[in-house]
Amino acid sequence: MCLSIPAKIESIDGETAVCSVGGTTYTASIQMLDINDLAPGDYVLLHTGFALQKISKEEAEATLELFDEFETFNEKLDQEEIKSGQRIV
Amino acid sequence: MQYIDEYRDKEKVVSLINRIKFISKKPIRIMEVCGGHTMAIQRFGIPSLLPDHIDLVSGPGCPVCVTSRAYIDQAIAYSRLPYVIITTYGDLIRVPGSSSTLDKEKATGADIRIVYSILDALTVAKQNRKKKIIFLGIGFETTSPGTAAGILKAQMAGLFNFFVYSAHKIMPPPMKALIDQGVKIDGYIGPGHVSTITGSKIFNFIPEKYGLGVVISGFEPLDILQTIYMLVLQYENNTQKVEIQYSRVVKPEGNIKAQEMLDEVFEMRDDWWRGLGTLPESGMAIRAKFEAFNAEKMIEVEVENTREDKGCICGSVLKGINKPSDCKLFGKVCTPSDPVGACMVSNEGACAAYYRYKRTDS
Ligand code: SF4
Repeated sequence: MCLSIPAKIESIDGETAVCSVGGTTYTASIQMLDINDLAPGDYVLLHTGFALQKISKEEAEATLELFDEFETFNEKLDQEEIKSGQRIV
Repeated sequence: MQYIDEYRDKEKVVSLINRIKFISKKPIRIMEVCGGHTMAIQRFGIPSLLPDHIDLVSGPGCPVCVTSRAYIDQAIAYSRLPYVIITTYGDLIRVPGSSSTLDKEKATGADIRIVYSILDALTVAKQNRKKKIIFLGIGFETTSPGTAAGILKAQMAGLFNFFVYSAHKIMPPPMKALIDQGVKIDGYIGPGHVSTITGSKIFNFIPEKYGLGVVISGFEPLDILQTIYMLVLQYENNTQKVEIQYSRVVKPEGNIKAQEMLDEVFEMRDDWWRGLGTLPESGMAIRAKFEAFNAEKMIEVEVENTREDKGCICGSVLKGINKPSDCKLFGKVCTPSDPVGACMVSNEGACAAYYRYKRTDS
């Protein structure tokens, strides 16, 4: 019930938008958002027929970059392990 | 970017787990207070990936689970009135009342309709002007703005055959009550979708007053692991605070438009929570201004005396004191197809999530 899914805006008509998730389309109310700030192609978080928030592309990318850093860290650990011949984690 | 697959990358999962193992020294007990997290954590098998001294426990974050049996009994009583159509989210339909369920009432002729959105319930009201349409409003701050929007729309459209029976609740009071009642936790995985609406500030009292960290998390495996990493880091360094991992959706101030709608339609009242009892100012009542849409005020009904089930320990599961597998009925008498308690009904309930993903050991 608390399930909320990222959905892509396909088209906007007043306070409603047609959104798609995978191959399925839903009509959702966008009345809780700043309509001027939305355009087709944007992603929103969909919950019980309402878009609760626009998903920020910049923030999403920043989070993904962080994950890359973790990966680099992991490679470093691996190398240290090989060098020292000891298991670190 | 689809905002799903990117957050499930296997190699990245492994790196994050290594990083967690690297920094985590002290035993830590982390509670998630959102049913969506409970489900995701079990589904992706996250506990088995973590070192033993990191313990994940479920909290009171499944709306169906914390709802009182008296509420279900009253909904059932409403459904028996000949001029009433009940509209509800699917989750509630199989929750056991004292002697029946909405599902059983439906099978014997009650007009009960499952809707995906309150907007669909409004359509039912438009199409059935001679009937009284009652929408069962349950859920936390994620869901209640939709209910507020529905009531405002009903008012605008003059749909005076539309009523809401509200059991909406808010998340901070149980998070406070758990600590006050002595449940041992070292940090909270903050509810991502609740915070989308409320923002992160409403949790500031938790580090300030109780010294526990709160990290508001997304729902994909990498989100949850990063959140655990952030909580462990805070705990190890003694820098407990509120942080947002789910920053692609959650803003510190939340969704102001939704908050204003909530405030216009609802006011706070004391409310009962399974496992925690009555918590002050933890439930949402419809304001007098919108009384015409309040089922509790407008539709009289006689309700049977509520009886609780013996043997169900759902209450202490919701407090993180017991795991579902501690319950004698778990998986034997109580299963998702024949649930004894509410925690086995909703997908987000801890018992249902444990059962579905067969994790009797963790
Ligand atoms: S397994 Fe069933 S009876 Fe046991 S606590 Fe969970 S819901 Fe209650």
